[in-house]
Amino acid sequence: MALAFDEFGRPFIILREQDQKTRLRGIDAQKANIAAGKAVARILRSSLGPKGMDKMLQGPDGDVTISNDGATILEQMDVDNQIAKLMVELSRSQDYEIGDGTTGVVVMAGALLEQAERQLDRGIHPIRIAEGYEMASRVAVEHLERIAQKFEFDVDNYEPLVQTCMTTLSSKIVNRCKRSLAEIAVKAVLAVADLERRDVNLDLIKVEGKVGGKLEDTELIYGILVDKDMSHPQMPKQIEDAHIAILTCPFEPPKPKTKHKVDIDTVEKFETLRKQEQQYFDEMVQKCKDVGATLVICQWGFDDEANHLLMHRNLPAVRWVGGVELELIAIATGGRIVPRFQELTPEKLGKAGMVREKSFGTTKERMLYIEHCANSKAVTIFIRGGNKMMIEETKRSIHDALCVARNLIRNNSIVYGGGAAEITCSLAVDAAADKYPGVEQYAIRAFAEALDSVPMALAENSGLQPIETLSAVKSQQIKENIPFYGIDCNDVGTNDMREQNVFETLIGKQQQILLATQVVKMILKIDDVISNSEY
Amino acid sequence: MPIDKIFKDDANEEKGERARMASFIGAMAVADLVKSTLGPKGMDKILQSTGRGHSVTVTNDGATILKSLHIDNPAAKVLVDISKVQDDEVGDGTTSVVVLAGELLREAEKLVTSKIHPMTIIAGYRMAAECAREALLKRVIDNKENAEKFRSDLMKIAMTTLCSKILSQDKEHFAEMAVDAVFRLKGSTNLEAIQIIKKPGGSLRDSFLDEGFILDKKIGIGQPKRIENAKILVANTAMDTDKVKIYGARVRVDSMSKVAEIEGAEKEKMKDKVKKILAHGINCFVNRQLIYNFPEELFADAGVLAIEHADFEGIERLGLVTGGEIASTFDNPESVKLGHCKLIEEIMIGEDKLIHFSGVAMGQACSIVLRGASHHVLDEAERSLHDALCVLSQTVNDSRVLLGGGWPEMVMAKEVDELARKTAGKKSHAIEAFSRALVAIPTTIADNAGLDSAELVAQLRAEHHNEGCNAGIDVISGAVGDMEERGIYEAFKVKQAVLLSATEAAEMILRVDEIITCAPRRREDRM
Repeated sequence: MALAFDEFGRPFIILREQDQKTRLRGIDAQKANIAAGKAVARILRSSLGPKGMDKMLQGPDGDVTISNDGATILEQMDVDNQIAKLMVELSRSQDYEIGDGTTGVVVMAGALLEQAERQLDRGIHPIRIAEGYEMASRVAVEHLERIAQKFEFDVDNYEPLVQTCMTTLSSKIVNRCKRSLAEIAVKAVLAVADLERRDVNLDLIKVEGKVGGKLEDTELIYGILVDKDMSHPQMPKQIEDAHIAILTCPFEPPKPKTKHKVDIDTVEKFETLRKQEQQYFDEMVQKCKDVGATLVICQWGFDDEANHLLMHRNLPAVRWVGGVELELIAIATGGRIVPRFQELTPEKLGKAGMVREKSFGTTKERMLYIEHCANSKAVTIFIRGGNKMMIEETKRSIHDALCVARNLIRNNSIVYGGGAAEITCSLAVDAAADKYPGVEQYAIRAFAEALDSVPMALAENSGLQPIETLSAVKSQQIKENIPFYGIDCNDVGTNDMREQNVFETLIGKQQQILLATQVVKMILKIDDVISNSEY
Repeated sequence: MPIDKIFKDDANEEKGERARMASFIGAMAVADLVKSTLGPKGMDKILQSTGRGHSVTVTNDGATILKSLHIDNPAAKVLVDISKVQDDEVGDGTTSVVVLAGELLREAEKLVTSKIHPMTIIAGYRMAAECAREALLKRVIDNKENAEKFRSDLMKIAMTTLCSKILSQDKEHFAEMAVDAVFRLKGSTNLEAIQIIKKPGGSLRDSFLDEGFILDKKIGIGQPKRIENAKILVANTAMDTDKVKIYGARVRVDSMSKVAEIEGAEKEKMKDKVKKILAHGINCFVNRQLIYNFPEELFADAGVLAIEHADFEGIERLGLVTGGEIASTFDNPESVKLGHCKLIEEIMIGEDKLIHFSGVAMGQACSIVLRGASHHVLDEAERSLHDALCVLSQTVNDSRVLLGGGWPEMVMAKEVDELARKTAGKKSHAIEAFSRALVAIPTTIADNAGLDSAELVAQLRAEHHNEGCNAGIDVISGAVGDMEERGIYEAFKVKQAVLLSATEAAEMILRVDEIITCAPRRREDRM
């Protein structure tokens, strides 16, 4: 630890409690950081690709998660190291931005770090490496843009979308029924998509899961599924042509916000109060009835009396419906959320062709289906599966597929998967390297090497000879000058990704390269790590 | 430069072979634990809880055993989870699903040691599971059209389910009871409507199904103990002091006399309410909430039977049975549907008085009274009966049935074996392994019965080589026998769920190549 002395030879205190802190400087700091980043990437490396393995994570309370999704694995890991945390952040931001490729981005960053370490050993300054990487990433992104293909689809012809979603799903445990799940995801996205503005609001897609049944029973519901049942056990279980009143006020006497007191000091007052109370309940139910509602969905609970009155007047009701669900119901049925009984009007009612209650298994669990809505702009994907972990993993996989479909609607450019994009970028970057004079050239070449590591990992996980396969594909790409050759992970027999229908979105791939480069640059620039030592 | 640790202090990480080994061993340990309870001659387990009182449960039900285990191994948790789901979804086969998953993993372990990649094994298992399902589908028997036959099918299923439980001595009796009860539900799967009342004393044989409805409550004092042609109002309302629900209301008085007045008004209010209730022309009033002494007295005066504090399910069931609606307001007597029954009386079972409603209008619900020597016997009897009821209610909806006694496993194993022969490549090893895992179930059944499993299974396999064979293991006689003649049947839905969930769980555990355990959350109170 460096110490500074003043003119009398006494040591300055620069950092508080200096001796209790450990400090790494210069090349050691970079090496330590790179090692940490690589360690994280190594964990995820075996999860990449269709034949990637899963990780089992046991949480602090003993709960078990089994996942193949990079972002989930990293998030659940109890990471303490600062650099490792950066990598976790990296995969999370890929998840937020794109939703897919969270494993790939970390593997990519790990490879970049590994290459950087080699360059550091050669004595190249970290800043030069960082700059070289920056240039290289620009080349790669431009190259991707050039080779990207637009593909056309519309509401009736969504086959290309399904193919892309299948690529995403094939690396998950759900790949058994990837076709049907991909179709569900695409249909869901198309149902809520605004094709004019090329925008998709994923909030409109609700993903519900219920343990039991099998994965094949997973279905897309053009409507809303609410995990609630009718408030009174004897209310009808099925309502056709429902007019739904969506209320956010409880079926209870009013509770003004301002403080008030009602003093009862005589018998008459007591009586009138009682009368009013009864009248109040009556009025509330009457108002709902008057506007023609045939179903009441309420955010709050009701009193027993109100419940019975509703039942008595043949007005089924659902209580304790969450705010988000309420909004979705409002969107789907074209109704308005009504905060006060006085404001109920027939126009504000939502309409649904069919509302029904369905029970599952041997337990008393019921769910409410709201279907054939006036405005089908909100859909629900209802997942069934053998156990809780399966459902959770399916939810994550569906989320990824939804994100991919959305990205395609936003920007319909695609590149080819199976490592094809990485290989062609690697070739392009390698070729570009020679044009740069100076030390950066080495860094750019290193970048090209790093790009190779993704297809390499894919081949490794698929049980192929990594180096042999990669060099074969590479030479094939150069020879035929076609950027569509990738790793044949599924043992189909061809490595033309066009034939295998393995696509990825252009923005996803670009984002992966940019994000990985950014984080690596950041890590390279750190030359001093000061941390509290063990206490 | 060595890598600093990435994880927090107590967190650890197991990789590759070690991780796979850890999960295999954990899962197999759990499977072996419940293995000895499989089949009609399976043994029971005693579970002692660590909670207060160290209460003891004696059971043979896989889901119950696994639920009460404290398990730290994550893979074992997956198995516990599937058994729980099996219990919720179909109710029976909770042991089989765990044993099958355990066997699948045991076979997978052998394959992994002979250098076959887990992904290849998974691909093989998937193909095998699909093929096994097809095989079962080809051999299902569906007697939905023929009501009489269907009923006898159900009886047989119930008997098969019950014969592995404590009730096996009186399985016919209980099977009859369960089938009757389920038929009363008329296709609904809401088992809540079947009430099981446990009363220690007597013997299991004294248990009975009551056509009417039994409520474990007492009749208020001074009220009639027997009512014929009862009109029942089922209510959920406060019969203590009715609170004023308007927010902020409070009573403010300035003299004693006013207090008395208000009290009088309150009483008047209650009286009014009782009057309104009486205006329905009822002679029995059942409330979910408390009934205070004052209104109780009023009811007694009017000669009305008032029952307080019936729990919520009781009320719902009563509503179902008597056809009345659950009321909370009483202003419109003419439009409230009342429940009817021929006779209400107080009956004695053992030491306790119960209220018995007989001759009810709609028979959607019913009560089963279980008698037995001790609480443990009763608890186990209830669980067994619950299993049977679950299976039956699922079978009513999906009427396909299969033979039992290891027959379905052999049928599947045969088909899967054939598939293995046809499949090229490494996958065929996995498919073969799947069929071995399937055969492990009849083997275990035979082993548990103390029979020569190797001999029996070999015989069985030979028998199954013939087309359309009905052979299975007859544990009672200890030989291979015709399952159709012996009347051993199982529900298709149960078998299918066992097959699919076990494969799914095995697949899930196989895919794992790394286990990351987070630091356990520190408990503050232990300090």
